[in-house]
Amino acid sequence: MSETLPADGLLGWSWLLIALPLAGAAVLLLGGRRTDRWGHLLGTATVAASFVLALLCTIQLAGQDGAPADVELFTFISTGELDVRAGLLFDPLSAVFALLITGVGSLIHVYSVGYMAHDPARRRFFAYLNLFVAAMLLLVLGNSFVALYVGWEGVGLASYLLIAFWYTRPAAATAAKKAFIMNRVGDVGLALAIFVMFAQLGTTSYAGVFGAVGTLAGGTVTALGLLLLLGACGKSGQFPLQAWLPDAMEGPTPVSALIHAATMVTAGVYLIARSAPIYDLTETARAVVLAIGALTLLIGAIAGCAYDDIKKVLAYSTVSQIGYMFLAVGLGPAGYVAGLAHLLAHGFFKAGLFLGAGSVMHAMNDQVDMRRFGGLWRKLPVTFVTFGLGYLALIGFPFLSGYFTKDAIIEAALDRDDVWGWVLGGVAVLGAGLTAFYMTRLMLMTFFGRARWEEGVHPHESPSVMTAPMVVLAIGSVGAGALLVSVFPLSGWLEPVFGEPEEAAHVVAPAVVGLVVTAVMLLGVLAAWLFVGRREVPVTAPVRVSPVTRAARHALYADAVNESLFMRPGQWLTRALVWVDNRGVDGAVNGLAATFGGSSSRLGRAQTGFVRSYALGILGGAVLVAGALLAVTAG
Amino acid sequence: MSDLPLLLLMIVVPAVGAAVVAALPKGRDEVAKQVSLGVSLVVLLLAVLTTVAFDTGGERFQRTSSWTWIADFGVSFALGVDGIALVMLLLIGVLVPVVIGASWNDELPERRSMTAYFAWLLLLEAMMVGVFVATDVFLFYVFFEAMLVPMYFIIGSFGGPRRQYAAVKFFLYSLVGGLIMLAAVIGLYVVSASELGAGTFAFDALRQLEIDPGVQKLLFLGFFIAFAIKAPLVPFHTWLPDSGSEAPIGGSVLLVGVLDKVGTFGFLRYCLPLFPDASRYFAPFVLVLAVVGILYAALLAMGQSDMKRLVSYTSISHFGFIALGIFAFTTEAATGAVLYMVNHGIATGLLFLVVGMLIARGGSRQIGDYGGVAAKAPLLAGVFLIAGLASLALPGTNSFVSEFLVLIGSFPEEPVFTILATVGIILAALYILLMYQRTMHGPARGVLLQEDPAEPAPAGGGATATLAPPRRSLRITDLSRRELAVAAPLVALIIVFGVYPQPLLELIEPAVSATMSDLGGTD
Repeated sequence: MSETLPADGLLGWSWLLIALPLAGAAVLLLGGRRTDRWGHLLGTATVAASFVLALLCTIQLAGQDGAPADVELFTFISTGELDVRAGLLFDPLSAVFALLITGVGSLIHVYSVGYMAHDPARRRFFAYLNLFVAAMLLLVLGNSFVALYVGWEGVGLASYLLIAFWYTRPAAATAAKKAFIMNRVGDVGLALAIFVMFAQLGTTSYAGVFGAVGTLAGGTVTALGLLLLLGACGKSGQFPLQAWLPDAMEGPTPVSALIHAATMVTAGVYLIARSAPIYDLTETARAVVLAIGALTLLIGAIAGCAYDDIKKVLAYSTVSQIGYMFLAVGLGPAGYVAGLAHLLAHGFFKAGLFLGAGSVMHAMNDQVDMRRFGGLWRKLPVTFVTFGLGYLALIGFPFLSGYFTKDAIIEAALDRDDVWGWVLGGVAVLGAGLTAFYMTRLMLMTFFGRARWEEGVHPHESPSVMTAPMVVLAIGSVGAGALLVSVFPLSGWLEPVFGEPEEAAHVVAPAVVGLVVTAVMLLGVLAAWLFVGRREVPVTAPVRVSPVTRAARHALYADAVNESLFMRPGQWLTRALVWVDNRGVDGAVNGLAATFGGSSSRLGRAQTGFVRSYALGILGGAVLVAGALLAVTAG
Repeated sequence: MSDLPLLLLMIVVPAVGAAVVAALPKGRDEVAKQVSLGVSLVVLLLAVLTTVAFDTGGERFQRTSSWTWIADFGVSFALGVDGIALVMLLLIGVLVPVVIGASWNDELPERRSMTAYFAWLLLLEAMMVGVFVATDVFLFYVFFEAMLVPMYFIIGSFGGPRRQYAAVKFFLYSLVGGLIMLAAVIGLYVVSASELGAGTFAFDALRQLEIDPGVQKLLFLGFFIAFAIKAPLVPFHTWLPDSGSEAPIGGSVLLVGVLDKVGTFGFLRYCLPLFPDASRYFAPFVLVLAVVGILYAALLAMGQSDMKRLVSYTSISHFGFIALGIFAFTTEAATGAVLYMVNHGIATGLLFLVVGMLIARGGSRQIGDYGGVAAKAPLLAGVFLIAGLASLALPGTNSFVSEFLVLIGSFPEEPVFTILATVGIILAALYILLMYQRTMHGPARGVLLQEDPAEPAPAGGGATATLAPPRRSLRITDLSRRELAVAAPLVALIIVFGVYPQPLLELIEPAVSATMSDLGGTD
């Protein structure tokens, strides 16, 4: 890591990045209906301003060769040995995230102006969206684990508010609560990691922790790595905490694009990459990260194959793609850059895909069932082309974004040059095939084939305020990969954070990897065409299906497991305890009293009078005492 | 200003105010309200003045004054304030005017007068101030007992349907605790008499005593049981859900917000410095009670169908955190525990108030009688959410800082207990969000649902029009200006102390450090 410089110039103002959208949220929430007319414009303007500022800060950072800037703000909590300063760290890693958040965030704000145009609560929507951007920026810009934690739970709140945006729908309200609770399970891990840091190192700042982590015992470092991983799994929808993310699709689609695809759910990847100095010291924790990444990659891809709800397919795709990112950062120094490149590329194409899905829903009266789509490419040409480019980028079509970034991850896995390298690489290649399958299925069911629209649906292309952001994101989906890998290499930009990239001796030549992955991808496309494209799509899902399909339709029974392991026993325990507390603990005390005073009901009646006079007695005594006191003092 | 007996004034002003309000003829409710609000604002001003004049680098006890009271027994009317008591005075100063504002239009049970209610509230304020500023253990005991009286009448005369039962239970529990403490207070006097030659109740003299460890244990238990009932810790807690739910909302706020804190305040002010060896001896036992309380009460909160009972159980869970912070014996955790006492008063106070506002509209305390309120009363829902988020200690709210400090400060000394307590933050999210979802989210339903007035029959009077089922929607008014004015200060404090808690920490820390050194803590 290069030396931290005090922040001067624009970097000293980087706190404005957070303050601007936060102020926007405050104005919209406190201003009430007075701000209805222009609230969405203010919300968009503050995020756009943050983007410009982030760009300028990044340019200044590039000018000082990526030397990180530390911005001291104020003392947050200082007592005893604990000293938590509120401060920001603007380094190449946080710069990349700040650009992603404010850039994609601006585009999605613009899109939402159109998407939410007819919603009476549009102002509230923009307020929450601004709140999210502010919290997410705090998460990535904070210079300590406590600042990260504050942003971490802050984005959880924004996510809760936005999933429950249409809160009169019970499904939305329940999904929001589920997301918050499952995230909190992860947050316990993150909180405990911070406690361990304070107990062992006496500090929670990045500089302090990373500087001294080498002095810790191996077991402690592994514990830290695993606790942080628990937090990362909660936020990023990774196994075993993945079940909330698909339900989160109850929120408005721009929310799914920004929070549940491009930014918030990648916070877990950020956390692991940021904590690289910890993970570099613990092979065990890294192995667990790898295992979780690989497992989630498959779970998401398999579930994605079976759903008919367009947003759920994209959500499971997100779960699966973040699995790739976890796999990458789990590889350690060889994989950080590959994982982050995939994260950025994914931010572009998945946001674009969600916005496209929103555009389709907009055209189809909020229908999400792909069995009710079909033949839409004629009616929605812009949506079709931009969505199509995102699709190609995601499945790794040669020379589009996903091709570069996914291949880099597979190469890095194979470069381990051991059995596990082959296993992980194999899983990743298999995942690429599944990805091609479910995404082609989605394309075929939505845009091609016979129109299976419900009566009264007249699809129309979305207004340009919605299509323009889709076009920008489509361009990003096409170009981001090549840009990040070869033209403006991310590895060079992140060098001050992760050190100089080692020139790995490739076990398998990159060209061979590229060919194999492309072949598997094409197989997936072909399979989708054989199963879906060639036949008529029935408007209701077939009931008699193989156990594999049934399991996939239930997302491998994650909800059922959670319910039978935690929810039902929890409810049972709660009911039992309520009974115990009413009958047992309270009853024992009442019973004890009753033994002395006869039956407990008589006790109550008899003592009502007794206690009243006793109480007045105490009061009288107190008055006397006070009088005596005055007399004594006066005398 | 420095010569003003601010502490004495903070006791005398509300006490005199209570007498004035009580003396008002029946029916002069408006005057009673205005006088009460005025008096409580004066107390707030006095608390602020005391804070401004407080020197954080100075003596631990400031603004001390002492009058000989019962010379034969070494009892004096001694007042003084340290950082711990000071933040509690500020809490009292803020909460009482808020409670008076919130109770402005309360519907009282039949034949109960508003003037009496406000008089009891002011008298309660005087006693609560007294209990925190007493520096003589006997005087503390007097206030500790006297405090029960106004609260007993507030619950028993102005509460819900089962108020008599709740008030008696509250009184009996407190009385038992008080009597046990009285024995310990006398025991302490005897010890001081044998060690110093002349017995004393002065706190500063008592904390210098070297008490035999066996005697310490007995005296510790005397104080501890009284405080554990007051706080309350599991298993001494069963009076609180009854009192908290049957008391009028203003009473619930002060009961849980301030009165119960006397218990945790007592742990820190009396148990730890006076009986350091016994405190260490019993600490594991107290920590078990604390952690069991956190989890047990949180699970119970989840199982409640009555909103006020639910909030009462959340408080029992929170008191577990405070006890954990105190008995972990580190400066960070104990400072966090004191801050927790203040923050919990603000956050749970607001939660009780907003629940009360909802109950005032629907007439039912049952969660199941509400649904979809957010759509019709967004301000009420917003305040409810902020209070709830503060209660589950979301970062950015005041409660996060204190809960974080308690946990991070306890972890180095008590990792196992801390890990178990940390699990409580999941349960906190559950009990708050379950209640919020059921009442505020979802489709409109429950007691507030009423049939819309029949639409005027279309001209021509088609027979089909009458067959359409009547449309039903929620009848609920959003927060009034008065209710907003009551909630706004607490919302503001939740956010301000969530972002910038340092001024409070700087007040609290010196007194906590002094306590830790009395304890002989390694820290």
